[in-house]
Amino acid sequence: MDAHASVGHAELEIPYNVHPRPDTGLYNAKLGVWLFLASEVMLFGALFSSLILLRTGADSWPRGYEFLNVKLATFNTFILILSSVTVVMAWSHLRLGNLKKGRIYISATVFCALVFLTAKGFEYAHEFRENRFPKTNNFLAIYFTMTGLHGLHILGGVIVFLYFLGPGAKMWAKEPERYTNRIEIVGLYWHFVDLVWIFLFPILYLM
Amino acid sequence: MALRRQIRVGSQWMYADEAHKALREALRVMEDEKVAEGHGGHHQSFIRRYVFSTDHKWIGIQYGFTALLFLLLGFCLMILMRLQLGWPGQAFSIMKVLGESRAPGGVLLPEAYNQLGAMHGTIMIFLGIVPLAVGAFGNYLVPLQIGAPDMAFPKLNMASYWCYFPGGLIMLASFLAPGGTAQSGWTSYPPLSVIASQGQTWWLIGMVFLITSSLLGSVNFIVTIIQLRAKGLTYMRFPFFVHAQFVTSFLLLLAFPPLEAAAVLQLMDRVAGTSFFLPSGLVVSGQALTNAGGGNPLLWQHLFWFLAHPEVYVLILPAMGIVAEIIANNTRKPLWGYKSMVFATVFLGFMSFVVWAHHMFLTGMGTTISAFFQTTTMIISIPSVIILSSLFISLWGGSIRFNTPMMFALAFLPMFGIGGLTGLPLGLAAADIHLHDTYYVIGHFHYVVAPGTIFAMFAGIYYWFPKATGRKLNEFWGKVHFWVSFVCINGIFFPMFAQGLAGVSRRLYDGGMQYAHAKQIAAQTNPFMSICAIGLLTAQVPFICNFFYNAIAAAIGRRDEGLGSNPWQATTLEWAATTSPPLAHGNFEVLPVVYRGPYEYSVPGETAEFIPQNTPLTEPAPRGGGLLPTTAVAMREN
Repeated sequence: MDAHASVGHAELEIPYNVHPRPDTGLYNAKLGVWLFLASEVMLFGALFSSLILLRTGADSWPRGYEFLNVKLATFNTFILILSSVTVVMAWSHLRLGNLKKGRIYISATVFCALVFLTAKGFEYAHEFRENRFPKTNNFLAIYFTMTGLHGLHILGGVIVFLYFLGPGAKMWAKEPERYTNRIEIVGLYWHFVDLVWIFLFPILYLM
Repeated sequence: MALRRQIRVGSQWMYADEAHKALREALRVMEDEKVAEGHGGHHQSFIRRYVFSTDHKWIGIQYGFTALLFLLLGFCLMILMRLQLGWPGQAFSIMKVLGESRAPGGVLLPEAYNQLGAMHGTIMIFLGIVPLAVGAFGNYLVPLQIGAPDMAFPKLNMASYWCYFPGGLIMLASFLAPGGTAQSGWTSYPPLSVIASQGQTWWLIGMVFLITSSLLGSVNFIVTIIQLRAKGLTYMRFPFFVHAQFVTSFLLLLAFPPLEAAAVLQLMDRVAGTSFFLPSGLVVSGQALTNAGGGNPLLWQHLFWFLAHPEVYVLILPAMGIVAEIIANNTRKPLWGYKSMVFATVFLGFMSFVVWAHHMFLTGMGTTISAFFQTTTMIISIPSVIILSSLFISLWGGSIRFNTPMMFALAFLPMFGIGGLTGLPLGLAAADIHLHDTYYVIGHFHYVVAPGTIFAMFAGIYYWFPKATGRKLNEFWGKVHFWVSFVCINGIFFPMFAQGLAGVSRRLYDGGMQYAHAKQIAAQTNPFMSICAIGLLTAQVPFICNFFYNAIAAAIGRRDEGLGSNPWQATTLEWAATTSPPLAHGNFEVLPVVYRGPYEYSVPGETAEFIPQNTPLTEPAPRGGGLLPTTAVAMREN
């Protein structure tokens, strides 16, 4: 049944690496990534809580929409939502056994991510030119910390996607199902990173 | 009712869907068996095998070794502090190891005392006990006890160790930073920590590594326990240790990220000049700080204790798990109240997330919040009491074997009891006003962690040493180790309650000699406590010799052949693996199937005194068998 699981591996085989365990309905990495995302929720949750505490305790709080580039951020929001769609497309094409189309959609996801990062870079450069730094006030401090951390998450996703486009894609020849699973997992992570932005955008730019 | 199709399998009729299920299961078992045989003899390079190993057993040993070294180091820092506390201002030649800048002429400086204090706490908790309890015992035992070939993600497991180790090195390297290492206590409260010298930045970076390590490890443990359980090992057949590790992993997974966020924010405060934790108008050494201000030092405390209270249970739950295993084994009885212990553990895990602010009663957060956290704190003591009481009652009527692991496990019970009960006044806001930040607090949590958790760790080392090496540790020296440690450790910590009740504050460089109210009791007790600390250090010598003598003997192949694969006559699955499972070759020759609960000792009506979990039941299984129900037979014959 597990035709490709035992091929060419010197290392130990772990059960349910590729196929779901019948009673839990999950393969190992899928459970793993959900747990990881739970910890990420706690990480960003702590930062959002800090923002709320700082804001409610502040005498005055700058409004993001007065000086941040709301239009560019709106554009970025749509770019990220689009990338969430493309990563699902990539996964569904891989599920259908079409590596070529899968790769095209992974590339599209990476492209969206890079557009997002570039736009963010322009925003940062603009703030720095206007003498707005993390140390200027607590709004900018939390703005730079949270968007910076989010940007690092995007960058991490890009690196993983690039790996699966390049050397990681070799796995397709022997274990297409495992490769597809991996894209599903990084896709779940990617949706989470998008979701964080969906929260960051209104809280930092609109409220 | 729709008719289901039946097919004939051998001499039996089965429903098609049930036959399909059985076939899938059979294929899975065959696959597992093939896998278990398949990796018999391949060769690995030395580095892959011993340095960047992906084998959970070796990683466990790596964790254990490193953590024990850190424990010893943390203890040595404390010895230096105790010398200063016992005989304030006296010169000691041993103090000169700290260098002229910290101890000129062998007299410890106050700022160096602060550094030792901060690093003692950090090293003991984050580099010593958690890695030993979770990294070493968890890694080594959980896959064996659930009958798994390895952890679910072996490479992640390796990465976890290799985040922990550099994190530890960074912590150590911070001693060399200009201005010395972190000196704001293990809690690193701002604003002091933000304006402290460079060592604090190193501390924060080290913490980020350690947090990452814990996160990787906890994901791995949870997935391993849920996914790689052996066939037949349902949750209520887990050894209690596995439950303890399971809940611990959830605590690590969900409690550490807020500290990571807090560390990032403090790092921003220190490096990028933000003021998350710096209020406006702060004046340091007569000069106003140029920071923007507007921050909130309490924010750090909330984020820190949101981790650090669950962390307390991270320290204690694996210890309870170890003690439970050893008590069941050495009383030759099942644990009393196993189910209630399990549910208490899960409840404890949930509650540990809503008690954190009882560390902050004196910060002025308001009586409403204090009342809430006081209530939750009283509630959380209930599951601890359930677990401890169950362990006590488990002793009742057993024919107890007083071997070294059992001695440590037995000592754990009253010691943890003292630690836990002295915590109750601290959880009540009114009593805490008097006791907060005194030696009473130090006595309380050291009773939980030192003669509590560390004794449980010792028990675990003595108990599972034969599993890892094929040799038993010497019983005589084990008992010497136990009795001297037991007497000395109480000599250190018990007087702390008296000191604290007399109002001696913690973190005092001279142990209270400069305060009129504290002077008398400090002079009466501190030298005695320091002598006990030195006695405790001496008591570890037989353990260290015993440990290394036997570990080295095992490493050069001199195993005790007469010991057999199950020297303690235990029932749990780790003893069903081959004698001290060979490294990097999987754990079980054939993956075990579990038929029984974890502690079938002295079962009435059975001839065997103990029945391992993987022993098949003698009579046919009452449920889940392939026999066709009579009604179905009747329908077919019609």
